[in-house]
Amino acid sequence: MTLKSTLLGRTYTFSSVKEVLAKANEQKSGDVLAGLAAESELERVAAKEALSRMTLNTLRENPAVPYEEDEVTRINQDALNETVYNGIKNWTVADFREWILDCDTEEKDLLRVSAGLTAEMIAAVTKLMSNLDLVYAASKMRVPARCNTTIGLPGTLSARLQPNHTTDNVDGITASVLEGLTYGCGDALIGLNPVNDAVSSVTEVLKRLDDIKNNYGIPTQICVLAHITTQIEAVRQGAPADLIFQSVAGSEKGNRAFGFSRETVIEAHELLRKHGTSAGPNVLYFETGQGSELSSESHHGSDQVTMEARCYAFCREFSPFLVNTVVGFIGPEYLYDSRQVVRAGLEDHFMGKLSGLPMGCDCCYTNHMMADQNDLENLSLLLASAGVNYIISVPASDDVMLNYQSNAYHDITAIRAALNLRPIREFELWLEKMGITENGRLSKHAGDPSFLLGKKA
Amino acid sequence: MDNSVIEQVVEAVLAELSRSEGVTVPEAPEIHEPEERDITSEAERAAVLVKNPVDAEAIARMKKYTNARVGVGRAGTRYNTQTLITLRADHAAARDAVFMDIDRELLDGIGLFAVESRCTTKDEFLTRPDLGRQLSDESVSVILEKCVKKPDIQIFAADGLSSTAIKANLPDLLPSLLDGLKNRSGISVGTPFFVKNGRVGLMDQVSELLEARVTCVLIGERPGLATAESMSAYIAYEARVGMEESRRTVISNIHRLGVPAVEAGAYLAGLLCSILKAKASGVGFRRDTGNEG
Repeated sequence: MTLKSTLLGRTYTFSSVKEVLAKANEQKSGDVLAGLAAESELERVAAKEALSRMTLNTLRENPAVPYEEDEVTRINQDALNETVYNGIKNWTVADFREWILDCDTEEKDLLRVSAGLTAEMIAAVTKLMSNLDLVYAASKMRVPARCNTTIGLPGTLSARLQPNHTTDNVDGITASVLEGLTYGCGDALIGLNPVNDAVSSVTEVLKRLDDIKNNYGIPTQICVLAHITTQIEAVRQGAPADLIFQSVAGSEKGNRAFGFSRETVIEAHELLRKHGTSAGPNVLYFETGQGSELSSESHHGSDQVTMEARCYAFCREFSPFLVNTVVGFIGPEYLYDSRQVVRAGLEDHFMGKLSGLPMGCDCCYTNHMMADQNDLENLSLLLASAGVNYIISVPASDDVMLNYQSNAYHDITAIRAALNLRPIREFELWLEKMGITENGRLSKHAGDPSFLLGKKA
Repeated sequence: MDNSVIEQVVEAVLAELSRSEGVTVPEAPEIHEPEERDITSEAERAAVLVKNPVDAEAIARMKKYTNARVGVGRAGTRYNTQTLITLRADHAAARDAVFMDIDRELLDGIGLFAVESRCTTKDEFLTRPDLGRQLSDESVSVILEKCVKKPDIQIFAADGLSSTAIKANLPDLLPSLLDGLKNRSGISVGTPFFVKNGRVGLMDQVSELLEARVTCVLIGERPGLATAESMSAYIAYEARVGMEESRRTVISNIHRLGVPAVEAGAYLAGLLCSILKAKASGVGFRRDTGNEG
């Protein structure tokens, strides 16, 4: 194993696989904060050069957290398809990159190889990819998933409708839901981030969302993104839920900081199988985002791209319906500006898909980052070009509860129109039937939430 | 081809175009005198901007149930211009809150001297939270020189992520809070001051430095689009560097549309005394006393 490389006549030596992986990252403020980033641009490229010549078996044998210490590593290593792995283990990361980009490598090949990949291999190849590499490679893969409806089919772009409210007032939430539906949003999910994590409050919101879904006959799914244990308790007490949600990290320690483990997710999965309101089989929803491990000091000295890839290794164990990175939520100490956020969004989407996941993205930013709505619009267009399953949408881009900005309801229709994409078929038919669209275009009633009042399915 | 032939062709084409579907020439709008308005005013925000709605009153009611931006209307698939510019204005206010400094005059006016964290620029403040939790060496000397030691209650302010929040609330809140503490017998209150580029965790060092029993930092919250003026108070009993975050009691949402500054000052005075008496803050305070944290 060579942990050195020579550039412009100078030799750079690295002390571990972990160091090569970290220093090969495109610049991220979170890696600087963690003290893991390359010290110069040339050292960054030297790390990429060293990484390009590393073999995939070296990466498998050097997980970011040791097997004995960490359940995410164990889930990843134990579930690997050894036949696939044996076929590729002697590839260098450069070989792997070029195979992914080869014109003859298709979706079925990529998803087959996916079964033999560890998170560290996926992170490694991502570090050698340019932004357009990431868009192009991701666009080769579609990963559909089925809950009440099927999302992620070619030619579609779906949206989660996120009707958050500062006090979880159900009438206020309803206003945001109706507004969003009349912009053609909500085919991925109608899903609320609650302020109040109490079972009674979460149940009240779930019942309201379920009423709206049933009253209008909307082909979609509902979820309230409380803590997983709260959702489990709500479903036990009879609350309607199509999906159960949890934020995940790339290490066992990180997940423990989030207050759950693999066992908790298995429990949620079993519960929905018996008492959920959806058809399935995909009934889980996960959110991730670079930097969360560092913020809970559970990154084990690894960079944030590698830790993010490990989130996806955890997620795929549970065949989720939705997985999205909340890419710009965490703040400038992890992703400093729009350049870093756009890069992270493209990395996360590609890594998730290569992990075999039905990927979405919350393209977002906070007001203390060097980014604005124009940057977010750029990222959502790039991801739609890369074949993202869904993106998040909120009223006029302003999430009044989480105090950040995401895509507006308005953006979803505009992106679909600009890139010739559509909602999923069932939802598109529903929009036509309700009169929100006519022949695939917004009708005169679109954007009028009062239009839906008094209407029935 | 002479001109008359060209004219005939043009006429025929125009006639054909006018028959075909979908070609509409917009009527010229009437010209209005520009009116005086502020699109960020409460009245403008409450206005229903949907064109020809089925039920405008229903939309107005919906807007009362939520401060989410519903009923904003559209231009094709995009925002109408008023909504677009309102969003830009709110984002600009939030950016200014993060990046602008507090004026010296404002601090002088309420009798605060100013010190700094280890961050020398806003950029460093945003990317190095660890440095924002520590006082600069010079600031340590200034505080030791100017402040009363071993107070029961030590109060200080920091800009945090919104200097606008400090400007909007501190001049009303601080006198109200100090007044509220003045009337309590046997409680000593330390010398208040202001920290530039400070984060919440800096209170732990202040507490150790001055050997305070209860420490309270009044700090600007990360601004949202709804308001850039929101301030929080973080309070801890015998705060120590490296202690658990759960030992902090937080009062958030202090601004004119949330908990108004004067009211918050009076409430905080009572809360600080309760924490002093309970000898606990954060999770411990709630659990041991049944008090609201």
